[in-house]
Amino acid sequence: MTYSHLGQNLKMITFLSAIGQSVIANLTKTGRGTLFLKQTLSCTFSVLCHPRLIIKQLFSVGVLTILIITISGLFVGMVLGLQGYYILSDFGAEETLGVMIAASLVRELGPVVSALLFAGRAGSSLTAEIGLMKATEQLSGMEMMAVDPIQRIICPRFLAGCLSMPLLAAIFSMVGILGGQLVGVTLLGVDEGAFWSQMQSSIDFYDDILNGVIKSLVFGFVVTWISLFEGYDAIPTSEGVSRATTRTVVYSSFAILGMDFILTALMFGDI
Amino acid sequence: MKENNTQNPSLVTIRNLSFSRGQRVIFDNASLDIQHGKITAIMGPSGSGKTTLLKLIGGQLSPSHGTIVVDGLNINQLSRSELYTLRKKMGMLFQSGALLTDLNVFDNVAYPIREHTALPETIIRTLVLMKLQAVGLRGARHLSPNELSGGMARRVALARAIALDPMMVMYDEPFTGQDPISMGVLIKLIKTLNDSVGLTSIIVSHDVQETAAIADYIYIMSSGKIIGQGTPQELKHSKSEWVQQFMNGQPDGPVKFHYSSDNYFDDL
Repeated sequence: MTYSHLGQNLKMITFLSAIGQSVIANLTKTGRGTLFLKQTLSCTFSVLCHPRLIIKQLFSVGVLTILIITISGLFVGMVLGLQGYYILSDFGAEETLGVMIAASLVRELGPVVSALLFAGRAGSSLTAEIGLMKATEQLSGMEMMAVDPIQRIICPRFLAGCLSMPLLAAIFSMVGILGGQLVGVTLLGVDEGAFWSQMQSSIDFYDDILNGVIKSLVFGFVVTWISLFEGYDAIPTSEGVSRATTRTVVYSSFAILGMDFILTALMFGDI
Repeated sequence: MKENNTQNPSLVTIRNLSFSRGQRVIFDNASLDIQHGKITAIMGPSGSGKTTLLKLIGGQLSPSHGTIVVDGLNINQLSRSELYTLRKKMGMLFQSGALLTDLNVFDNVAYPIREHTALPETIIRTLVLMKLQAVGLRGARHLSPNELSGGMARRVALARAIALDPMMVMYDEPFTGQDPISMGVLIKLIKTLNDSVGLTSIIVSHDVQETAAIADYIYIMSSGKIIGQGTPQELKHSKSEWVQQFMNGQPDGPVKFHYSSDNYFDDL
């Protein structure tokens, strides 16, 4: 065998080894993440007995995200109103604008866009906070004080994230519909009665609203889990926390979009 | 699970401890004892595993081999709740202070008391003020951690570490990065607390003079082994070249100045 063949074989072995190591590392991390979730869920009951811990986190995770959700919802609704009007007016169906806006927001855009915004605002903040607490030994300090950081730090944030997300999605959809009404009815002259009555008669509580709420609950669960785990698992250096924060936004976005397809297929599709 | 310690005056007994991180061996069959009511110093160069030893004693890490017995209890055989019960009797002063940044000085010191007792706020207030008085920071109770200097943060962390009146306090590099005044304050505090409250203290440090001034017994570690031990006086007169190099801060000796490398001239 020539030296060039040996070199090629060595490169191939190195390449395969790198793939193998990457797969093992990712599987190990998934396992750590699952154990982390199990530990977090096991503390739920005891944390629910201390509602003050959750209320504090509801403020920082949920209330502080309302502004970005409201402004984004308003603009998304206004764009939907504008685009919807131009398309529907071609078919003389402007009066169904309310249905189109409401269905788009409640079924899809509300849960998905608010979850993406939630990941960017609250998720990244959670990862950075937990990562920095790890880097500054606050989590180790709690452990040495015989206080479980999963119970005192992680679980309240997890519950706050899960509770906040459906409420934020509801606010997003509501403000979006108002934005659509502003553009469609007030600016473009769609009949207000038709706008609201068609929406009322076409949007189903179970098929549309409840499915949207289920979606936002799932997204809230996944995004908060990813955010907290990335912070908890971060390398305790400034670079490590920075990378973990980036990973939170990237993984959460992929998870939201992937889960959205699966949930939509299960709820509305014939797949 | 409690082991008979009537014959053993040691609060912490470590036997044949081995611990590795990946391929890197941190401890290789190390054994040592921490005596009741004494200040024991664990010294050695940076990266010799001193902080890891404290984490092993506190049960935050598990050894790959060997036993760690604290107050008659084998740390590695304890359930989570038993370990937490034991940790309530241990205090730890972290190198960074590890103060909770969303709480002020008072609430940081009150934190372990609130978590582990059902005492009324009036008694908690009295206890916290007593602890803060002991470290000289009663007047700083309303400050937040980011308003404290490094020395003050460590003193607050010390007040928090003794909040539950532990049997033992572990100090992780307490003197690193301190100005002479803060260092003097910390040295005095550690010695006073140990003697007046009857604590057992473990100091992990590489500040030789400061630590030797208050330690009753010193272990010197390198490459995962205990390479010297004794009272500060015994170590001062030790014949071991390694101990002499470390105690006197000589730049070259058994621990080489140059990191292991190829021949210099071949490398140029």
